[in-house]
Amino acid sequence: MSSFVVDKDGNKRYAVTVNVNGSDYTKVVKANTLLVNFLREELDLIGTKRGCELGDCGCCTVMLDGKAVNACIVLALDCDGREVTTVEGIQDGEDLDIVQEKFIEHAAFQCGFCTPGMIVSSRALLNENTNPSEYEVREAIAGNLCRCTGYVNIVAAVLDAAENL
Amino acid sequence: MKQDYSYVGHSVDRNDSYTKTTGRAQYTADLKFPGMLYGKLIRSTIAHGRIKSIDTSEAEKLNGVKAIITAKDVPSMKWGLSPARFDENIFCIEKVRYNGDKIGAVCAVDEETVYKALKLIKVEYEELPAVLTWQDAAKEGAPQIFEEYPGNLNTEIHHHFGDVDAALKDAYYVRTDKFQGQRTYHAFIENHCSTAYWDGDRAFLYSSCQSVHYIQYHLCRVLGMKMGNLTVRQTNVGAGFGGKLDPSGLDFAAVILSKITGQPVKMFYDHAETFLNGRGRHPMTMELTTGVDKNGKILAHKFDCVLEGGAYTGLGIASSYYAGSLLGVLYLIDNYKFDCRRYVTNLPPCGAQRGHGQPQPRFAFEHHIDLVGEAIGVDPIDMRLINARKGNSITTAGYEVKSYNLLGANKMARDASGWKEKRGKMGVGRGIGVGNGGFVTGAGFCQYRTDYPHSVGMVKVFDDGTKAYVYSNAVDIGQGSDTVLMQMAAEAMGYPYERCQMVTGDTDLSTLDFGAYASRQTLMAGWAVKRAGAEVKKKVLAKACEMLKASGRIKEGFGYLDGPLTPEDLDCVEGIVFVKQEPAVKLTFEEVARKYFVDHGVLLGRGWYHPGKLGGNHKGAAVGTSPAYSSATQVAEVKVDMETGQIECVDTWDVHDSGTIINPKLFHGQVHGAFYMGVGETIWEEVLFDKKTGKLLNGNFAEYRLPTALDMPPVESLTLDDSYEPNGPYGLKEVGEGATTPTMGAVANAIYDAMGVSMTDLPITYEKVWRALRDKKASGK
Repeated sequence: MSSFVVDKDGNKRYAVTVNVNGSDYTKVVKANTLLVNFLREELDLIGTKRGCELGDCGCCTVMLDGKAVNACIVLALDCDGREVTTVEGIQDGEDLDIVQEKFIEHAAFQCGFCTPGMIVSSRALLNENTNPSEYEVREAIAGNLCRCTGYVNIVAAVLDAAENL
Repeated sequence: MKQDYSYVGHSVDRNDSYTKTTGRAQYTADLKFPGMLYGKLIRSTIAHGRIKSIDTSEAEKLNGVKAIITAKDVPSMKWGLSPARFDENIFCIEKVRYNGDKIGAVCAVDEETVYKALKLIKVEYEELPAVLTWQDAAKEGAPQIFEEYPGNLNTEIHHHFGDVDAALKDAYYVRTDKFQGQRTYHAFIENHCSTAYWDGDRAFLYSSCQSVHYIQYHLCRVLGMKMGNLTVRQTNVGAGFGGKLDPSGLDFAAVILSKITGQPVKMFYDHAETFLNGRGRHPMTMELTTGVDKNGKILAHKFDCVLEGGAYTGLGIASSYYAGSLLGVLYLIDNYKFDCRRYVTNLPPCGAQRGHGQPQPRFAFEHHIDLVGEAIGVDPIDMRLINARKGNSITTAGYEVKSYNLLGANKMARDASGWKEKRGKMGVGRGIGVGNGGFVTGAGFCQYRTDYPHSVGMVKVFDDGTKAYVYSNAVDIGQGSDTVLMQMAAEAMGYPYERCQMVTGDTDLSTLDFGAYASRQTLMAGWAVKRAGAEVKKKVLAKACEMLKASGRIKEGFGYLDGPLTPEDLDCVEGIVFVKQEPAVKLTFEEVARKYFVDHGVLLGRGWYHPGKLGGNHKGAAVGTSPAYSSATQVAEVKVDMETGQIECVDTWDVHDSGTIINPKLFHGQVHGAFYMGVGETIWEEVLFDKKTGKLLNGNFAEYRLPTALDMPPVESLTLDDSYEPNGPYGLKEVGEGATTPTMGAVANAIYDAMGVSMTDLPITYEKVWRALRDKKASGK
């Protein structure tokens, strides 16, 4: 268990060290601090969006030890000592990831609010499966809702990215 | 009339590509200011009642709470869309009118404290009986929700063109059908958020909205502020679809609380609250009667429609008119009667949602006309071809229609989908259906009375010519308006698109536009920035002419010139100014712009647009009149599981008559998204309330079922090459809203073709299909 301090109301606050996009960050969190708020408020990583906050819409999707999860239903405390990749960590320095490039080429986003989560889910799929079928792509992003695009260009972008990995 | 353009008609990448794919794009909720407080609304927990008392004392004692406001602390002026129906206050004054109505607001140092404070606020009510359906609202002796709407009747429309009863008498076949629509919701993923701060007597508000101008106008009117003292700004918006056009309680509360506390205040909704904010599609109860001759030509049509409005009017008055005003644009109907009533009820208000007021009536008509055709033995597409409007015509209501190729859209959709080989030949459980639609390209009038232009644009070229700033407060809610506006401005200037930058989302710094609604921006803001770009080009050509003459490179009497060089002898394309007859004689836009700056100061171009006087003189003509109308045909193919009722939409085709297409890639994206919303509303989506308490039951995406990537069919989006609209810049007209209007009809008609039972009650859920199939079996038909 992480070390903790007790505040004046008797609530425990825990020190956690989370590796986010390749760097370790040590912060003090409450037992109920959600990973999405940890990323947005403590680390200013605003690419991870807050949407439904119930695990339904997927706009807060990040990778936790390589697996796509909804950051709104994961506790920051549970991420102690683990690796988190957000949309900001998808690209390599200046260079966009192939998924990001293909999203741009196919205009696979409109308002852009679901896009970070959509890109993370897509990247998580391609990390596991370099040659997905259309159905597998649709299944992988079925937990990411997008009201603007009808997923048409998103699916095309992910399939195109897979071909160009 | 079409020509080769450098940028217009090209699928350039969106201007926000990098920020939106890398997580750097900022939305209102991402903004942080030093000392920022967090706030939420206090909401009613009953559907209808008088407020007896509000006790905030316990909450005020809570450490970290900075301010609590209720009706007594804010101006009491009412607001809304049309002055006759200004019926909404910032906070409820005496009565609450729905479960979730706005009672006040709290702000505190952090979110957790705000939620704790909300739990400590005690509101006592004298509960009144609630009316939750229009049928109950219309009953004699029903509880009155507003004094100003006796019998809870909020709006009544009676339009009658020609003589419907006489024409029905002469008809070969007359048929009446009844349909029921449902309440749906925009379901944008970004919840509303508003953040405000003050500097002296000036307030600054960031709002996730569809119109910075209307937010500024409505707030200033109610708060008694000069418009110059309230700056409304907007960052990226996580979509709107009509749900972010009205000011929300957050906008008012953020401005007032930040004034009281002297600190920036961020007001935000959680997801369920966006459902409570409402403004989605009205449930409509519709009865349609049509008389046709034996070929299927429509002789008369009668449309009776009742809208269940929810607690306030908002944009609902326009929704009511739109329910009936556009049918006569699609089809040639000499005798048309439209009777409409909108009732208020104790539920969140309904308002504008993509296609505004029209998608459910389109569903009803498109299915009804198939049933008429079936009865007289005419194929659905033939029914539409017989009755479709042609271009350069005037509707019965007096609307002037320039380009219009619904005929071409139907034929192209028929051929692309393999209609003739499929219709009626696909066997049990498989079906194909067609639906028509279309929309206005911008409304003819502003939301409030004004003689302002509808859009104003400006282009400012940077001092040394290396950048052009395009100004417009058109709101990019995701549809890509920034990108297409820059394409048009760049084209008009003859300047590289890649070096344009948008200045938008700021009522101080950018220029007036009424915002994203009525599918208006590409045409209206398009005209404004195109004209601004053209003025820049004119100045550049004049200066270039001067420079070429001074350079001695052009001598009078050159073979290719009739006389001295004039600006008319020059052109500018993609940043190069050249002599038309001798393109080798050229200057760069940059060097000309720089010289202009040295000689005259800032190189500016200005443009504006007003639609002028448009057609239609009847009461309510303002809703439906437009400079340009799109038309569209969609065909859908479905599979229905005859055992379980499960529906799968397997393939779809869309042909949109949209004039010149500025950016094909973004255009098709609009069609995909519009179809997506339409198919969701046809099969799955419905906002539900407890039938006794009016409490929202499914304010989340697990129970308000949006289609996922697994539900969405492929969409083949096609266009008509010869479509050209003379009233649009570069010949364009709308796509965003119009493409949602044929969908419900097309999908519903395909379901009918597959299962053989007419489904008239939206959404056509698996359960309803299963029950209908069971009943059909039981009746032995």
